[in-house]
Amino acid sequence: MNAIIASAFLGVIMMFASWIFDNEQTHTRIALAGLLALIVANVLQLNGIYTIPVDYKGLLSFTQFGLYVNTILFILTFLYVWLNGDEIAKIGNHAADFYALFFFVLCGASILTSFNNLLMLFIGIEILSIPLYILTGSDKKNLNSNEAALKYFLMGAFSTGIFLLGITFIYGATGTFQLLNPSVNPATGMVREQLMQSAGLILIFVSFNFKVSAAPFHFWTPDVYDGAPTVFTSFMATIVKATAIIAFVVLFHSQFKALGYAWELLLTFVLISTLFVGNITAVFQRSVKRMLAYSSIAQVGFMLFALYGPNNFANEGILLYIMAYSIASIGLFGVLIKMKDYSFEAFNGLAKKEPLLAGMTTLFLMSLAGIPLTGGFFAKYYMLNAAVQSGIGLWLVVVAILFAAISIYYYFKLIQAMYFSEGEPAIHEMEQSYKYKLLVFAILILGLGILPNVFLSYLYF
Amino acid sequence: MVLLSILSIPFIAAIILLFVKPNEKANYIAIASTGITLALALNIAFNGAANFDASWIPSINARFVLTADGLSKILLLLTGISFPAIFIATSKNEIKNRAQFLSLMLFTQTGLLGVFLAGDALLFYFFWELALIPVYFLCSIWGGEKRVAVTFKFFIYTFLGSLFMLIGIILVYTHTADQSFAIQAFKQATLSSGQQLTAFALFFTAFAIKMPIFPLHTWQPDAYEQSPTAVTMVLSAVMVKMGLYGVMRWLMPLFPDAFSAHSNFVVTLSVIGILYASFIAIRQDDMKRLIAYSSIAHIGLMSAALFTNTQIGVQGVLIQLFSHGINVLGLWVIADIIEQQTGARSLKEMGGLAKQNPTLAILLVGFAFANIALPLTNAFVGEFLMFNSLFQFNPWIAAAAGISVVLAAIYTLNMVQKCAYGEVSEKMNKMQSPNVPAQFVLIVLLVVVIISGVYPAPLFNLTSDTLQQLFIK
Repeated sequence: MNAIIASAFLGVIMMFASWIFDNEQTHTRIALAGLLALIVANVLQLNGIYTIPVDYKGLLSFTQFGLYVNTILFILTFLYVWLNGDEIAKIGNHAADFYALFFFVLCGASILTSFNNLLMLFIGIEILSIPLYILTGSDKKNLNSNEAALKYFLMGAFSTGIFLLGITFIYGATGTFQLLNPSVNPATGMVREQLMQSAGLILIFVSFNFKVSAAPFHFWTPDVYDGAPTVFTSFMATIVKATAIIAFVVLFHSQFKALGYAWELLLTFVLISTLFVGNITAVFQRSVKRMLAYSSIAQVGFMLFALYGPNNFANEGILLYIMAYSIASIGLFGVLIKMKDYSFEAFNGLAKKEPLLAGMTTLFLMSLAGIPLTGGFFAKYYMLNAAVQSGIGLWLVVVAILFAAISIYYYFKLIQAMYFSEGEPAIHEMEQSYKYKLLVFAILILGLGILPNVFLSYLYF
Repeated sequence: MVLLSILSIPFIAAIILLFVKPNEKANYIAIASTGITLALALNIAFNGAANFDASWIPSINARFVLTADGLSKILLLLTGISFPAIFIATSKNEIKNRAQFLSLMLFTQTGLLGVFLAGDALLFYFFWELALIPVYFLCSIWGGEKRVAVTFKFFIYTFLGSLFMLIGIILVYTHTADQSFAIQAFKQATLSSGQQLTAFALFFTAFAIKMPIFPLHTWQPDAYEQSPTAVTMVLSAVMVKMGLYGVMRWLMPLFPDAFSAHSNFVVTLSVIGILYASFIAIRQDDMKRLIAYSSIAHIGLMSAALFTNTQIGVQGVLIQLFSHGINVLGLWVIADIIEQQTGARSLKEMGGLAKQNPTLAILLVGFAFANIALPLTNAFVGEFLMFNSLFQFNPWIAAAAGISVVLAAIYTLNMVQKCAYGEVSEKMNKMQSPNVPAQFVLIVLLVVVIISGVYPAPLFNLTSDTLQQLFIK
């Protein structure tokens, strides 16, 4: 509860900050302080020290898991703002406006990690999504940005409609929006109600696939990620996507798990097509930004393995995955922002000119590819183990592995450009401190890759 | 603790080297660290060492366990000897950014030592990959003309293989009694025969690519040719042993039924590989490619002997793991000296080495004899045992594999003849004064070849416990 109230409140404060302070750096500092306060508020509740007393009538349920996810998301946002503050300030008129939007996104996120009711879920998704449409179109004078925002908005609205329809069907079948109520028992329930419930479930499933950009519902992703200002792409592709996938996993691990017959086959289809579309299309990209957009689709394919849970590996694995994936991606986008040109050729010879930067980029790429010593390895490992443990066919795991091998191709294409191609990298001047900030991301990736336990132990306090 | 320190010394040295600028000092640091590693390896091999066991990821029961039995010890020795030998032998070569080069080499050494010591499946996988990543950069940055494409092929090949092994590890892990990665738990995992077969296939793919077994060998000759020589030496002397090690450490004890069910299949593939590689070696004109194919043939023999699943065969392989590494290292060092000083790689351009540098010619003959496994050289001991096991397994297969001995003599002696004797060729004329450090290394290696050929008993003693574990239940 703390996080939901605090983030909404901080969002309003940020809106007024642009009135009071003219300096954009001050905005960033206020936002960072606000994020710290948010983290503290959430940790207070996580440790059971203090919770703002609100009677939420069973609409929300605050689990250890959900609160820990909040903590992760807030810390990631903090790191993100800390790294990208100067870039955010360059876009639009007032950085504070964007920070306000970030806080609203986080408010939606903290509802999404603790919903206990389908309507709350709906509200969470909407609070999360609407600021994103604005962020996408925030580069007002850029046509691509405008186009991306419109596309995103139309697609998002469409998927929201599908989602509402799904909720309606479920309500019709069970007579409640609550999650924990027993659903219609396939053995005793009436046929018509079973059908309604299955139909509703599939509609919700489809709309979630829109939100996490799983194939074949991914078509908006590359254009939106490509069109939006790179700093905001970084935010959308990591923190927002992580939130959506967590909500997806929590929802389908709960009551709907028992109705697996209705959606598990569909999930297998979505999973394979996501891996296929993401990986194969990424191979042919010429722009690194677009490659990262497709790679984020491919990564979702791996995250979907958690849906086969619930088991220990799925729960811990999805947390590791969002951490490893988000940290590596924020780092990579952080490097990309500093490039004048997003083509692969622009990276030629980067290792000679900026050895530290190239080394860190390599680390981030290896993490996305899932190579040991980086967080990505354990993330993928936990996912595969979750899949094997939940008893799905081993063939699906083998398919995923083959796609993971393909992903090596496009990730390493960038490494090859940096290290083995001669050329003058097209890179903006950057301060030394920026590199040290990136170094923190690199160290986190290594930490996740060597001692993942440290990052998970909080789950069990 | 000794086991932990042998792992950490190359690792720490590698990190120090990342921050060292002058190239001269880098060499000393690298050689000193590998020297200490060698001393520790000798100590572990002959005095034994207590297991190292620490908590790693408690929530999934993965532990940081290092153990050393005979199999590990003999490979520790090989790794321990190879790296200082390689560093000293190539110390006069021109290498850009030597400090980084050596640093990556030492990371590779850390990975290799870890593979040979890991007593926990997840840790094993960890090091298995760790040994590969620095090699990717070493080959792609310092290699020959086609290096980027060739190394990438090599990388994807082996990476895909190890991913299959990862699935195998997950499969066995889910069937262990206490959900742990410990090798003891893996041995007692209750797998149905179908699961055993699947897991066997998954592990085998990884090891077969690494060894490599025909028809998965296509990455190897190109990779050997395009890599910088120092890396080629590591690849062929030590890295290919990872595959054989994996078979002995994991495949044989974990899946005994599937192992014996497939012995015919794998032995046949291996023998095809031996003959195939030998025939190609005869046609090779490039000295480096010739040594590469000869190495494939030798590894093929080892994998064939391993899959006969006989005690005598495995004993032979255990000895040969060490001997093959030393021999092939010697041949590479000689090829490298010739290439560095004269630029000649094609046998046609060579000739007259005996007149230009008699010591080197004598050394070449010595290692050539070892390569054909003449008695009194180390390879004879192992190969004799291995052919013996093949004969027990199936006389016809032994006969087919036996042809390779003749073929080995043909291509090796042909190489010696064209390189050492005859008129002094145009390129050989460029031969300058002898490369003292490299020749010193060669002499030491040749001494090892002869001593372990004449008196192999220490090697037998060293590996007896592994043999007991595998065959006396």
